[in-house]
Amino acid sequence: MIADLGIAFGRVAFVMMFVLNLGGILTWVERKQSAIMQDRIGANRASIFGLRLLGLFHPLADAIKMLTKEDFRPARADRFLFGLAPFVSVFFALVAFASIPFGDTLRVAGREIPLQAVTLNVGILYVFAMLSLGVYGVMMAGWSSANNYALLGGQRAAALMISAEIAIGASIMGVVMVYGSLDMMDIVRGQGTLLWGWLPAWGIVTQPLAFVLFLTAGIAATKRIPFDMPEGESEIIGYFVEYSGMKFGMFAMADFLETVVIAGMTTSLFLGGWQVPYLAAEGFRFPGGAAWALPHLVVVPLQVGAFVGKVCAVIFFMMLVRWTLPRFRYDQAMRLGWLGLFPLSVLNIVLTGLLLLAWGAA
Amino acid sequence: MRLLQRFYLVEVVSGLALTAAHFFRNMGAHARRALGQRSASGAVTIQYPEERRPYSPRLRSLHRLVRREDGSPRCVACMMCETVCPAHCIYIVADEHPNPDIEKVPRRFDIDLGKCVFCGYCVEACPEDAIRMDTGILEFSSYTRAGMVYTKEMLLALEPVGPDGRPRSPIPIPADRTP
Repeated sequence: MIADLGIAFGRVAFVMMFVLNLGGILTWVERKQSAIMQDRIGANRASIFGLRLLGLFHPLADAIKMLTKEDFRPARADRFLFGLAPFVSVFFALVAFASIPFGDTLRVAGREIPLQAVTLNVGILYVFAMLSLGVYGVMMAGWSSANNYALLGGQRAAALMISAEIAIGASIMGVVMVYGSLDMMDIVRGQGTLLWGWLPAWGIVTQPLAFVLFLTAGIAATKRIPFDMPEGESEIIGYFVEYSGMKFGMFAMADFLETVVIAGMTTSLFLGGWQVPYLAAEGFRFPGGAAWALPHLVVVPLQVGAFVGKVCAVIFFMMLVRWTLPRFRYDQAMRLGWLGLFPLSVLNIVLTGLLLLAWGAA
Repeated sequence: MRLLQRFYLVEVVSGLALTAAHFFRNMGAHARRALGQRSASGAVTIQYPEERRPYSPRLRSLHRLVRREDGSPRCVACMMCETVCPAHCIYIVADEHPNPDIEKVPRRFDIDLGKCVFCGYCVEACPEDAIRMDTGILEFSSYTRAGMVYTKEMLLALEPVGPDGRPRSPIPIPADRTP
């Protein structure tokens, strides 16, 4: 009983620590990666006892600064919702990761531990729902600030979120059809098989169009440049105009957490999740027939490591997009969502259905 | 091409390729530098307070008063600079010089850098070449207006810029200011 509780706690704690820490480090990654992309050095001045560590203390300095800043609330703001909004944003971004598996089932001392914070047979829908709920925090912030620019930002966030979420949902459907399950764990397991004996059946191979659509819509769902209409730094400041201190910091953090969640989802659905190519439960089995047996306690950390590495790679790519592309205009983003991503993802569903039908018949 | 551009994805990928190429090239340079290859540079940044670019020799930086060989100011308090100064930032009080050939010496020579426009007319006007703007010092600031007034003693203590383009004398700090 105690052991079960401990295991459940450990699973949740791992996911929590992973997402939160990664979200925190992302502020550093963003500064450094953008700097290196632009031939700069990037923030490197924050130091503890003269130790700079490539600027790794900047997120810490940010947190201290935000916690000690004045927590301002406009006089006409809705007291309750104004305070609640950042928490809603961060909460849903945090819990969304819960059903993303970070490893295969771990067998220790006669127990079977699925490496996933929560085992859900409708995991995809859960992540999807939590991601969509996250926009409520933004809308609440926009409405309760009693500021027209904030309201515009909240309204834009809602519009963007609807157009992006529909594309996300529709592009996921192709993956669900191919692997025949709504459980993230099953989908990742399904990606462990090999096509034609050598190609891992990752989602990016079986669903290339859905991958592009999902990643585009997913970047839109994080509300970051190129899809930063809700913030729109150059026109309206956005839904968090009136926020200061750590409440503002929480909105910024929610964006990073959403980045991690989208990266985790992309990894799980399209990049094989915790799968290492040719690594089965009992060791490597290469297409040529070569095999390399590995004990269970080596295979599982390897898979968890693969998951973490893939998530980091996707985050790198998302950062690359964020620091390369200029922002879309509001109408361009809407057009892209409704006339580009959505019809294409419907087309993808139809194509997938036809192909599956043909495959099954053959 | 028009259709491809409209499709957008191709253009996005080419843009991403450009920035990613920059990233990996710079990362490689950073890594080589970390491994000891000093010439590798992954950034164009000059880390300012520690590293400086050499300033142009024409740069008009903080003034200094040139000294004679015995250390006394070369200035003869002729008031030329004070007269020509468009910002009226120079204040000179003359005194009798012990040497009758020289006649005068400044008792006070204050420059209010809060007013100075760094036009360099004082340097041009000086018949004795007693004031120059070649210290290479640009970092002077103060929390008070009085702190921006640099006195004769402070200006006399300054050295010209070194051959490496770095200022040789420390930035004078007024008495009323703690660094």
